[in-house]
Amino acid sequence: MVDSDVVHTAMSTAPGEVEPPSGPGALGPRGMGRWAWRQLTSMRTALLLLLLLTVAAVPGSLVPQSAVDPVRVAEFTAQHPTLSPWYERLSLFNVFAAPWFAAIYLLLFLSLAGCVLPRSRAHWAASRARPPAAPRYLERLPVHEGWTVDVSPREVLDAARLALRRRRFRVDVGSDGSVAAEKGYLRETGNLLFHAALLFLLVAVAVGNLFGFQGSVLVAEGGSFSNTVSAYDTVRQGAAFRSGSLVPFTLTLDDLSVRYEQKGVQRGAPRDFKAAVSFTASPDASPKGGELRVNHPLVIDGTKIFLLGNGYAPVFTVRDGTGEVVFSGPVPFLPRDGNNTSVGVVKVPGAKPKQLGFQGLFLPTAVLDPQRGPISVFPDDALPRAVITAWVGDLGLDSGAAQSVYRLDTTGMTQVMNSGRPLAQSLARGATMTLPDGAGSITFDGVRRWTSLKVSHDPGKQWALLSASAALIGLMLSLFVRRRRVWVRATAGDDGRTLVRVAGLARAEGEGLADEVAEIATALRAKED
Amino acid sequence: MASESVAQISNNLLYCAMAVYAVAMYCYAAELAFGSRLRRGEPALVTANGAGDTSYDEPAAPVEEREDRTGKAERLGRIAVSLTALAFGLHLASVIARGISAGRPPWGNMFEFSVTGSLAVTGVYLVLLARRDVRYLGIFVMLPVLLTLGLAVTVLYTESTQLVPALKSVWLVIHVTAAMIASGILTIGFAQTICYLVQERRERTPAEQRSPSFMDRLPSAAVLDRSAYRMHAFAFPIWTFAVIAGAIWAENAWGRYWGWDPKETWAFITWMVYACYLHARATAGWRGRKAAYVALLGYSTFLFNYLVVNIWLVGFHSYAGVN
Ligand code: HEM
Repeated sequence: MVDSDVVHTAMSTAPGEVEPPSGPGALGPRGMGRWAWRQLTSMRTALLLLLLLTVAAVPGSLVPQSAVDPVRVAEFTAQHPTLSPWYERLSLFNVFAAPWFAAIYLLLFLSLAGCVLPRSRAHWAASRARPPAAPRYLERLPVHEGWTVDVSPREVLDAARLALRRRRFRVDVGSDGSVAAEKGYLRETGNLLFHAALLFLLVAVAVGNLFGFQGSVLVAEGGSFSNTVSAYDTVRQGAAFRSGSLVPFTLTLDDLSVRYEQKGVQRGAPRDFKAAVSFTASPDASPKGGELRVNHPLVIDGTKIFLLGNGYAPVFTVRDGTGEVVFSGPVPFLPRDGNNTSVGVVKVPGAKPKQLGFQGLFLPTAVLDPQRGPISVFPDDALPRAVITAWVGDLGLDSGAAQSVYRLDTTGMTQVMNSGRPLAQSLARGATMTLPDGAGSITFDGVRRWTSLKVSHDPGKQWALLSASAALIGLMLSLFVRRRRVWVRATAGDDGRTLVRVAGLARAEGEGLADEVAEIATALRAKED
Repeated sequence: MASESVAQISNNLLYCAMAVYAVAMYCYAAELAFGSRLRRGEPALVTANGAGDTSYDEPAAPVEEREDRTGKAERLGRIAVSLTALAFGLHLASVIARGISAGRPPWGNMFEFSVTGSLAVTGVYLVLLARRDVRYLGIFVMLPVLLTLGLAVTVLYTESTQLVPALKSVWLVIHVTAAMIASGILTIGFAQTICYLVQERRERTPAEQRSPSFMDRLPSAAVLDRSAYRMHAFAFPIWTFAVIAGAIWAENAWGRYWGWDPKETWAFITWMVYACYLHARATAGWRGRKAAYVALLGYSTFLFNYLVVNIWLVGFHSYAGVN
């Protein structure tokens, strides 16, 4: 229908279909290589890899991930002893760092690079070339109009050139009495920008992973820490991270205030949560005050400090059998439910004659439930109680094996009993539980709050944001800009009048091309009449 | 106290809106049923492309009866649109009242997200209706809106309260607003895609052999396909923006912009599937039905993220407020 030169000068640099080689061995090794490369960078392969990457992400949301929630991974492993080793082998607990996941996205991005580079070259050439010349039979294009006027073809073409220029077309006057115009190159530019920005995004994420650092630390009110790798409880650092790049600040948690919903069904839901801190940006800087809230991190010399969870650290004083104070201070307990029922342990290796260990339950607003025993009914510390049981013996700290500070290893210990039942006492503030046989005592002095702070250093962050924004802009150009061509031809007729034809072609039908061609025709007619 | 009574007003407005939506849905259905033996837009619009379809060449009923039916269908359709606008007004008022009672933008838990999200769906439909003749979509819009609202008031209902600290952020407002607008548009695109698939199958039978159906009142498969594509292409950058805003929010709240938490993972999956859809439409051998299936898959991942992940898969984003 339409002249082949127009149709084949595509308005997109999208790769076409790849012909399969006519038979095995029909191509030499070089030919095979080229064929494979064209396969990899074809639209169909790109689509399949995109689908594959999508499917690959699914298990990452259904199986607990060690990078997201290690506790749930441990629970899962305990519950599924036969399945877990297989999951482990298939990296299902760490999908997003799994080799097979990386293989898919690296292949996809290889395909992307192999696609974007030649397309950019082609687009560069196309955007400097002239718009393709008018096809011979404009009336065969899907959108066209024709009429006759009394002015000369030259004048018609001059007017057409101006009218199209005004509409920001790129215009070329042909030698055969026609004008060719094209517009909307930004569509392809946007598409290429989008794909290239995705490549940069990947690089930015990689930089963050390689050079980044994340540490979290639990600090009780009055406590402090300094920004060194060893000060953190948990650390994630990139392979290329150097500890020297940490900002040498020291931070003290002065006060933590938490407000809870007091009434209604959401009673007990946290409402506000802020920490007053003081810090020194470097060892010889003067101390400053600051505030930390959720969503409002504190920034010290470019390092961001975030407020995450919070809980209670009951303060205990422990005396051993000799009457000596062998422990005194806050012990962070971990909250177990919405009412901050918290559990924790106190380990006293220095107690004599035997080491002491205590298991505790901390209830910020304690009530004695007839069925469930002591429970907390509100997360704030309105009526704090510490319920304590005691153990004596060997804490097992000398064996060298790492031990959790939140769990008591009772293998080498015996529980302290009281007339045949485990000794357990619910202590109010200031109360003391005395162990039988002069083994010692524990006093519940009061309670402080703790917060977990997270420090994050990601040098790829800004680049990731920049790439994502560029991708978004490119995407919008690619989806909303319309690429189209318009031709005007003026031919002198036998009767001395001039036959004018206007026609248009767009990449996709129905994108308002008919209206545009009609408007151009109207503009031209208005000039000529 | 005052804020509780405003919340009560909000609930009552919502019930009124639901009732009006239900009547509107009934009118849309009746319009389609009445006109089922007539081509849409006939007899005024025979000119555009005579070569396309000839089904209206054989009259299904005597002319007077046809005109009578057309008139009735037309009237029902207009009533349905007016009712939709009325329901939208009530719905909007309910959302505003909810926001006033809570003293914050009304999208802090799943109940509010559902109510405001379905408002976005109706809003997108009305905006579209002002620009194009998409009344045929009415029933396919009322249905999901009513289902969502029904689910909201029965299962997801949460009293109007303040937010947990992590949700107090401008980026939350931006992120959720964008996600809601995108999902409103995607819902319309989803409805059009289903219509396309049905119409495409129907058009395989020659026109004269087709039994009359309300599908006759819908545009041709080609038109449905193109409008569905437009919807998706319009929603995709908004969804992209929502994901980016979410990442900025996460960076501000938790110190990392992306952590593969289940909610984030599924936002990524939805994004990828719709990217696949747009890609498929530019890939030989994938246009048409196959691409449409990818779009349906995209919408199901969105629903999964909204219903299943919010409620059953735990993560940082535990804001559902559902017990
Ligand atoms: C990270 C992987 C990729 C993503 C997320 C992605 C996403 C997208 C999206 C959303 C579009 C629609 C925008 C539009 O229609 O203009 C698109 C278009 C396009 N993509 Fe990709 N893409 C990816 C990889 C690739 C690869 C590897 C190729 C090369 C084979 C490719 C080639 C294209 C082409 C040629 C178009 C334009 C189609 C047209 O002209 O309508 N993309 N891509």
